[in-house]
Amino acid sequence: MTAIAVQPHVGLATGLRQTLTLAWRTVVQVRHNPWELSDFSIQPIMFVLLFTYVFGGAIAGSVSDYLTFMLPGMIVMNMLFVTMYVGQGLNTDLTKGVFDRLRSLPIARWAPLAGRIVADQVKQAWSIVLVLGVGFILGFRIGTNVLALLAAVALLLVFALAFSWVSVLVGVMAKDPERVQIFGFTALFPVTFVSNVFVPVDTMPGWLQAVVKANPVSILSDACRGLMIGGPVATPLWQSLLWAAGIAAVFAPISLWAFKRRA
Amino acid sequence: MDHAIWAEGLVKRYGENTALAGVDLAVPTGSVLGLLGPNGAGKTTVVRILATLLEADQGQARVGGYDVREQGHQARQLIGLTGQYAAVDENLTGTENLLLLGRLLGLSRAAAKVRARELLEQFGLTDAASRAAKTFSGGMRRRLDLAASLVGRPPMLFLDEPTTGLDPRARAELWTLIRSLVSEGVTVLLTTQYLDEADELADTITVIDHGRVIAAGTPEELKAKTGAQTLAVRPLHERDKSAVVALLAELAGEEPDTSGRLVSVSVLDPALMPQAVRRLEEAEITVTELALRNSSLNEVFMALTGRPAEPDDEGSGEP
Ligand SMILES: Nc1ncnc2c1ncn2[C@@H]1O[C@H](COP(=O)(O)OP(=O)(O)OP(=O)(O)O)[C@@H](O)[C@H]1O
Ligand SMILES: [Mg+2]
Repeated sequence: MTAIAVQPHVGLATGLRQTLTLAWRTVVQVRHNPWELSDFSIQPIMFVLLFTYVFGGAIAGSVSDYLTFMLPGMIVMNMLFVTMYVGQGLNTDLTKGVFDRLRSLPIARWAPLAGRIVADQVKQAWSIVLVLGVGFILGFRIGTNVLALLAAVALLLVFALAFSWVSVLVGVMAKDPERVQIFGFTALFPVTFVSNVFVPVDTMPGWLQAVVKANPVSILSDACRGLMIGGPVATPLWQSLLWAAGIAAVFAPISLWAFKRRA
Repeated sequence: MDHAIWAEGLVKRYGENTALAGVDLAVPTGSVLGLLGPNGAGKTTVVRILATLLEADQGQARVGGYDVREQGHQARQLIGLTGQYAAVDENLTGTENLLLLGRLLGLSRAAAKVRARELLEQFGLTDAASRAAKTFSGGMRRRLDLAASLVGRPPMLFLDEPTTGLDPRARAELWTLIRSLVSEGVTVLLTTQYLDEADELADTITVIDHGRVIAAGTPEELKAKTGAQTLAVRPLHERDKSAVVALLAELAGEEPDTSGRLVSVSVLDPALMPQAVRRLEEAEITVTELALRNSSLNEVFMALTGRPAEPDDEGSGEP
């Protein structure tokens, strides 16, 4: 038996390197799982096309006006759906035993989870760029400046980071990865549709307007509209950040607790 | 003696259900311990505690001298784990699975590649190196899983039912692989439901049932206690059954079991077989079945506990 130099703990730099390795793994997986790529690539493109051409004329009077109104909200909706991959991947690792293997390795305890979340940020950035690109081809134009656009992307990523904790919780609680997906659809669809993503709020009945205005999806969409096409930014921006902080503050501890119990 | 893996009084409860009721075990450095037991005996629970995945409610365990509770990180640097169900990433290729582990264990990119290639070759997976693991057969997946636990050349290896679900050929191949690891000085704790597997691979065997150790010793000691083999005779005619029972009782020195017309008794000495043939011939008893086979785990259980090894009801309390 060769003597192994046993280390007492993992340094922060080593832990971060392990996180990146695990994030690499999640991104590489996409290569062998093309439907996942189609999920966060083709699906958003399809939504943009459908909404722009099918509803555009009816809702906003013209296709290009609707595109301008809808695209920032579409990016928000897409961001929420993409966060579900954190939970889905986590659940797959838990049910397939990959997580046990990772936990039996001398790596930082937080690296597997952090790796998932970093990988999710890469996917998020990719699908934001994708939807913006498709929008651009269809005639969407930035009404502000590059800096404001980058701020919008940063805001979206921050919100995604916070919302990932909800996804972690779903991933830990669900019996199998399919159920994570089902949750994503059944819970996120109503939340994103009862918002101002697709339709301006003033066309709705009064009681619904109250709900829609309070919906963080609406608030975040407003912030993104402000940053991308112009208009009021300050209020929706700080409200969005407040929501992100609130979601993280509530769900991070619950998720970590549930996670430790299951793992 | 120098114990690579050592545990004392391990207790684990799940609500009302006691998974482990005080398990002791010790594995000398460089040897193989077979942890033998039926479904629900607590084998996986023991392995998970030793691999730092689960905390025991009571008791102590040390791996390479490190307490698994207090010094888990140190213990993890010494162990490789192959769990009961192959834990490979289905969406990565064989190579990528091993690369991932190599990089996590601190190998450089180049070194991780070399190690991956080496292991794939050693485990006969070179052809499948660039295919996603979800396209692998059960045997290939198992081999990749075992390879994955060896990336960091751990001096201690936990194998939880490594051959369950494999066909006889794949099983024999895996045994050969495990033997070659042992010859390199790796300490192995292996769980199994099969006596022959423990017999083939283990230096010492610990038998557990309902979370308790019911026997421990070398395979020879255990066999001496339980009868290594079973002699089974099935007479053609029902009327000969009592004569067969009497005959086997006399030869084996203990009362045979009967099930239908099949009469079986555990024997220590394989030379009893030809004697039995001769005596049956002399008595002019025609038989439709006459066999000497290795005792099944069930028979060992009968011998040790006086009852058959029945799996626990899932999640229910002690029966
Ligand atoms: N997470 C859990 N929650 C509740 N009970 C559990 C849990 N894990 C194991 N058990 C119970 O603990 C006992 C021992 O289980 P364990 O998995 O260690 O057995 P095993 O010997 O590995 O069985 P098998 O041969 O089926 O793999 C069983 O009664 C099982 O039902
Ligand atoms: Mg088991």
